Amino acid sequence: MLANQIGYYSLILGLLFSVYLCIVSIKDFNNADKKVSTNIITLSFLQLAFVIISFISLILSFINSDFSNETVFNNSHTTKPLFYKISGTWGNHEGSLLLWLLVLTLFIFLFLIKSREQPKKYRILTLLFQQLIIIGFFLFVLMTSNPFNYLFPIPAEGLGLNPILQDPALAIHPPILYLGYVGSSIIFSASLAAVAQNYISREWGQHIKKWVLISWIFLTIGIMLGSIWAYYELGWGGFWFWDPVENVSLMPWLTLTALLHCILVLERRGALTSWVVILSITTFTLSMCGTFLVRSGILNSVHTFANDPTRGIFILIFLFILIFLSLGIFFLFHKENNKNSDTFFWLSKESSILVNNWFMMYFLSVVLIGTVYPIFLDVISAEKISVGPPFYQKLIAPFLAPFLLFMVFGPKLKWIKSKIENKSSLIIFLIISVILMFFILKNITTDLLFYTILISAAFLLFFTTSKELFFKKFTNMSQAVAHFGFSLFILSILFNSILSSEITTNIKVGERFNYNGAEIFFKKIEQDNKSNFSSIVGYFKITNKKGKVIELKPEIRVYNQPVIITSEADIKTTLLEDKFLVMNIVKGKKYFNIRYQVKPFMLWIWISILILSFGGLMSLSKKKYEK
Amino acid sequence: MKILKIFLIIFLSMSFSQLKSDEKNNKLKNKILKNIRCLICQGQSVYDSESDFASSIKLIVNKKIKDGLTEDQVYKFLIEKYGEWVVYDPKLSKNTYILWLLPLLLFLVGGAIIGKNLIFKK
Amino acid sequence: MKNKLSLIIFFIFLIFCFIIFYIGLDKPKIYIPKTNIERNLPVFKAKDFSSNTYIDSENIFAEENYYIVNIWASWCVPCRKEHSLLMELNQNKLIKLIGLNYKDNLNNAKKFINELGNPYNQILIDNDGTLSVEFGAYGVPETFVINKNKKIIKKFVGPINRRILEEIKLIIK
Repeated sequence: MLANQIGYYSLILGLLFSVYLCIVSIKDFNNADKKVSTNIITLSFLQLAFVIISFISLILSFINSDFSNETVFNNSHTTKPLFYKISGTWGNHEGSLLLWLLVLTLFIFLFLIKSREQPKKYRILTLLFQQLIIIGFFLFVLMTSNPFNYLFPIPAEGLGLNPILQDPALAIHPPILYLGYVGSSIIFSASLAAVAQNYISREWGQHIKKWVLISWIFLTIGIMLGSIWAYYELGWGGFWFWDPVENVSLMPWLTLTALLHCILVLERRGALTSWVVILSITTFTLSMCGTFLVRSGILNSVHTFANDPTRGIFILIFLFILIFLSLGIFFLFHKENNKNSDTFFWLSKESSILVNNWFMMYFLSVVLIGTVYPIFLDVISAEKISVGPPFYQKLIAPFLAPFLLFMVFGPKLKWIKSKIENKSSLIIFLIISVILMFFILKNITTDLLFYTILISAAFLLFFTTSKELFFKKFTNMSQAVAHFGFSLFILSILFNSILSSEITTNIKVGERFNYNGAEIFFKKIEQDNKSNFSSIVGYFKITNKKGKVIELKPEIRVYNQPVIITSEADIKTTLLEDKFLVMNIVKGKKYFNIRYQVKPFMLWIWISILILSFGGLMSLSKKKYEK
Repeated sequence: MKILKIFLIIFLSMSFSQLKSDEKNNKLKNKILKNIRCLICQGQSVYDSESDFASSIKLIVNKKIKDGLTEDQVYKFLIEKYGEWVVYDPKLSKNTYILWLLPLLLFLVGGAIIGKNLIFKK
Repeated sequence: MKNKLSLIIFFIFLIFCFIIFYIGLDKPKIYIPKTNIERNLPVFKAKDFSSNTYIDSENIFAEENYYIVNIWASWCVPCRKEHSLLMELNQNKLIKLIGLNYKDNLNNAKKFINELGNPYNQILIDNDGTLSVEFGAYGVPETFVINKNKKIIKKFVGPINRRILEEIKLIIK
């Protein structure tokens, strides 16, 4: 109860402090002091403190199952385990907005204390732009999505949290994802401030790089966590569905990755300034756009939060204000450094990064168009179509092979100008691997040509980056690690997709099912009761062709509040492959329906993304830009 | 005895080819089911869903494949009943030209813009 | 200036996007397949509820009448709600009401009919749901109006209410 009041008034105070902060900053901007007034930093800290207090208040309300709070009532239940009561705080629309505010205010505070050597006016402008976003979100929360609405009479029990959200990976997925996603707000604000101050330069590039890296690392890991959750929890054996909410997190990742590479050029050569600003604006814009798409109810998806058009209108207007404002500032203030700074020799590192941008923007357009086109079509012609995985795969996959090849050759090029040196060893290598792959894949898959080329390109990248990592004394380790991780990622996905197998069948307790020389034996079922669900566990013994035996225990759970039946897959993960078993009830029948999948290299998909992120982390800890 | 042997061989080879064609049918069925939207679920394919609607569709697709329909004919059948929304792979039609071609167009335009900025002479 | 022109075009494009999204917010999210296109009546064989023998669709829809096909089940709660309206509809001599018993237990379905009354001229059994798919249904209850040319001219998703009943009455005049 008290927590409710404290939480609510903290938010109001936070908003008031925002406004006050803006006023003080504008005054400070105009005075003659060389440094940013310490008042401003203190105020920023206080603003952060209020949001933290509000957030903690909501957490406490959840822990205490305080159902006088409407959000807690809608999303929690007394029988939920403590860990999920806490993570339920941000697993709903209102709570996740508090998380937005938390990251927004945290990042601007950290920015202020970590940018003391930067020009004063630039820092203040960054603060002002960020406050604009913060005020917008305060208003959004207080006007349309208050987490502290009071319910009377106080219900005795809550409506519960959807059980598929009660999973450790999903509990930490939003905070990590937001640190990336929302963290790109600081890049947005800082870029606008830098443009207005004509400060887009090498020094600025060096300064902003760490913020780009931090946002990028968290976004990468956040997306990975979401995929891991989908794979382990949703029981379908897939990890990416090109679902609108997934696409919406992928799009900022694409622009952020392109931005990261452009910052390198900015740092080293002072070029690609327009690209840097536009990508900074676009990344956060896409984050906001994503927020709009998944919270307004305009799209249909498993993941969508609240379906409330009034919230949608607010975000839509807010989003477009930000877009018009940022583009306005860009066009008014941006000066090209000099006429020739953005023309490069075709065989140089700069041009390879331009090529990278080119491909990234293409992938971005595929995902963006695929996600929003149904909306446009529906409004214009009232036709409803679905855009699903086949669309994205067909348009992206053919471009991956050339993209991978560019990743092989690009980093090897020198700055400014490169000679067509003896790259023949690489080309011979490529030809050999194509021939090799052809013969290996001939018996396994029908999309022969396609997979052959793609896998060869991925292998080429894999081998060149491994060579740099393990055998040469290479100065740009972070890049080699990251690219190595990416090549491993593509290889894992490709081999997983080619070599996966599955079998679906109906089976009774005590029955054996034979296929392909392997056997599935349905030993028994057991029933169990936990705090908020009861379950039927199926015990299966699976013997493969070679005689190796494993036991899998998939579950069917019946949750009590809300009443939902879920299938929990049992997955045995090893370095080599995952064995995946799901069991489902067949209505009105005595037998169960099971799906058994063998998925090679699944673990490597996650490991490779970790390696990719680690490359980013290595870059963060470098002192100065190295070759 | 010989006739029995011949019968046995014919029978086994027929069931073997039946097995092979069963396997092919199974693959085709899974491919199709992954491409059909479960209309009463939120964003799941029929393949992934255990709902009533999904089970009915699975049975019908199975039957249609056994009847010898091709992949496109199965989609056509379902689109006729439920509209284009039921299929995840948007067909290239007058509704979807922009969808498919716009990214490719952007790719070419992007390439042209970048190419303009590159110096090709020494 | 070329730059200014492309700028203006870009801004106009942004405003266009804004308008589309704004309108898009109000559009219904639940997909209801086009209910107004005429579709052919599917050809099928189904088991009759009472006689437990198979009948051809041609024999079911033999007469030159309007036919209403209603998909129902004993376990379906909204079906109970629309039941009285179906009884009323059956009074109308211009139509024949055909029931499709969807994924149901025969005894439960019989109990349902005994308890609430039988509004149907004929009931067919659809145990696995495939017959409903042939009609283009995806849930229960759903109701289809078939005209004298044996074309499905209208479909109603969900239980019929008074308004829908009046609409049906207008159609069959």
